Amino acid sequence: MRELTYAEALREATAQLLKNDPRVFVFGQGLWSPWYVGSSMKDIDKEFGRDRVLDSPVSENATTGAAIGAALAGMRPIVVHPRMDFMLLAVDPIVNQAANWSYMFAGKVPAPVVVRAIINRGGEQAAQHSQALQAMFAHIPGLKVVMPSTPYDAKGLLIDAVYDGNPVMFIDDRWLYEETGHVPETMYRVPIGSAAIRRPGTDVTIVATSFMAPQAVAAAATLAERGIDAEVVDLRSIKPWDRDLVFNSIAKTGRLVVADAAWKTCGVAAEIAAEVACEAFSSLRAPIVRVTLPDVPAPMSQALEHAYYLRADDIVARVAQLMNRQPEAV
Amino acid sequence: MTPLDPTLLKRMYRTMVEIRAAEERIADLVEAKIVHCPCHLYIGQEAIATGVCAALGAADYVWGGHRSHGHYLAKGGDLNAMMAEVFGRTTGCSEGRGGSMHLLAADVGILGTVPLVAATIPLAVGAALAVKLRREPHVSVSFFGDGATEEGHFHESVNLAAVYRLPVLFVCENNFYASHMPLLERRAKDNIVTTAEAHGIAGVRIDGNDVGAVYRAAVDGVARARAGEGPTLIECDTYRWRGHVGPSWDTDVGVKRKDELAVWKPKDPIARLARLMIDAQIATASDLDEIGAAAAAAVDRAVDFAERSPLPPANSLTAHVYAGKTGQ
Repeated sequence: MRELTYAEALREATAQLLKNDPRVFVFGQGLWSPWYVGSSMKDIDKEFGRDRVLDSPVSENATTGAAIGAALAGMRPIVVHPRMDFMLLAVDPIVNQAANWSYMFAGKVPAPVVVRAIINRGGEQAAQHSQALQAMFAHIPGLKVVMPSTPYDAKGLLIDAVYDGNPVMFIDDRWLYEETGHVPETMYRVPIGSAAIRRPGTDVTIVATSFMAPQAVAAAATLAERGIDAEVVDLRSIKPWDRDLVFNSIAKTGRLVVADAAWKTCGVAAEIAAEVACEAFSSLRAPIVRVTLPDVPAPMSQALEHAYYLRADDIVARVAQLMNRQPEAV
Repeated sequence: MTPLDPTLLKRMYRTMVEIRAAEERIADLVEAKIVHCPCHLYIGQEAIATGVCAALGAADYVWGGHRSHGHYLAKGGDLNAMMAEVFGRTTGCSEGRGGSMHLLAADVGILGTVPLVAATIPLAVGAALAVKLRREPHVSVSFFGDGATEEGHFHESVNLAAVYRLPVLFVCENNFYASHMPLLERRAKDNIVTTAEAHGIAGVRIDGNDVGAVYRAAVDGVARARAGEGPTLIECDTYRWRGHVGPSWDTDVGVKRKDELAVWKPKDPIARLARLMIDAQIATASDLDEIGAAAAAAVDRAVDFAERSPLPPANSLTAHVYAGKTGQ
């Protein structure tokens, strides 16, 4: 079976989309640079020409807006923001325009734009080079938000996003770029809105997003050694998210841990916890646990980064704590 | 300068009169509390939309903002669908989800006007990028006010269109006010057109109440765009007769404004074209009366259509948040 890295899978999906559909073009900063977006766009401009792979001026607002305008006019643009932090300069076109367009005009003019928002953190880059803002965009009606964690899903979700017909925030974490896995050569689609069970288990459900999914799989292996059988659900799609799969898993395990490498307050973990508490309360045998970043900007010094970022060990500790919890007196 | 074709002049006169008639009726309907959505009236500025759109074809794109009844009608948008939209009816161009500030006429190149100031400027640039990538001969026109030039959207977009030599007309309708704020209290100089030179594109400042001058500037800009020579900024001096929003005359906001209205009302672009056509014996007073009567009748029919159209049912509230899958 052919294996690719996550970044290579993104590149292959982009190349196949460009090759198969003249409506597709890619627009963003750093696309002609050898290092801006890792190897996820390597030499694509050489293969498809610089009129369809545009390395843009330093204008997040206008380039994102122009991509949306092109989408309204029938194109299928992919906008690339090498840092999600800088993408905040494009919140007006994303939130006010693309997200609302279908509704404002009764579905007559869709806005089929894909915005690749790259999380690029660690390495003492500090607060403005590190943010994971999926919750902000998941809050907005009209947007879809996906966060693939495997090479297979990176390719399949990018293709599905381009053909979805709606504005899709495609959030990829640079910490996943060197992950390897099986990727078919054909163009295939992973449907937005479907989660995946990465490891079946019976004691506790760990719902994880993006980079936290492989961390949860590693955590589950450690937990198994301690006799705890965890089911790992890779959410893949933040909005819409796969309620059926998550609820079914909790019906089996009775316990929920949500791991999302972003802030806690009003975050993705909060949303899932709230929905499960409201809609699947009777399945729960214990309180829900959230494994998230503290509500603190990203620090600089490695010593502080170590305290800030989450790894498999953090999930292991919180799950073990949950499983050792004494039943409360009634 | 060769005189403009009499048929074109009559057509532009008819368009301006239709816009004026529709908006004066909307003003009355807002005053009578029959229409409730925010309506930003274009009265006094009709020559700009009319002159520019007369230089365009159906496949060219037009982008507007909160004050876009004129752009919509001049580009060929259906009057009944606009009136029904203002009334919030299902037969409206946006099926009652948009109102006056969200007009759509996709069949004539209006993919949506929205009120967020300057927001459609980058969208217009994007439509031009689509045109260029598809090697089509069309142009994309962005209409915006002087206030919009204070947004980053504007400067980023002009640069983007300039660097990619996109077929865009940036049409700034300088009515000297952003809402209640006069131009010279918002910027150091009355020099919006100089933005063009700074970005290396063509720019011209014209009398926006002279429909002929607007038409000629648009023809030049369109020719430049279609020839692959890039964008043009056209700054049109004009004046908004009514308040920022709604039917009021804004005379309550200061003496200066009252004086200005007295200066600008005699520059009415419609009366000006009427005089020109009568003096040049292109039309008689009774021809013009006939055009006025026809416009009034069309507005009557549109209001009647809107009033007889159904309101959207409550169970349609959640429809269209997402568009259906388009398939591969």
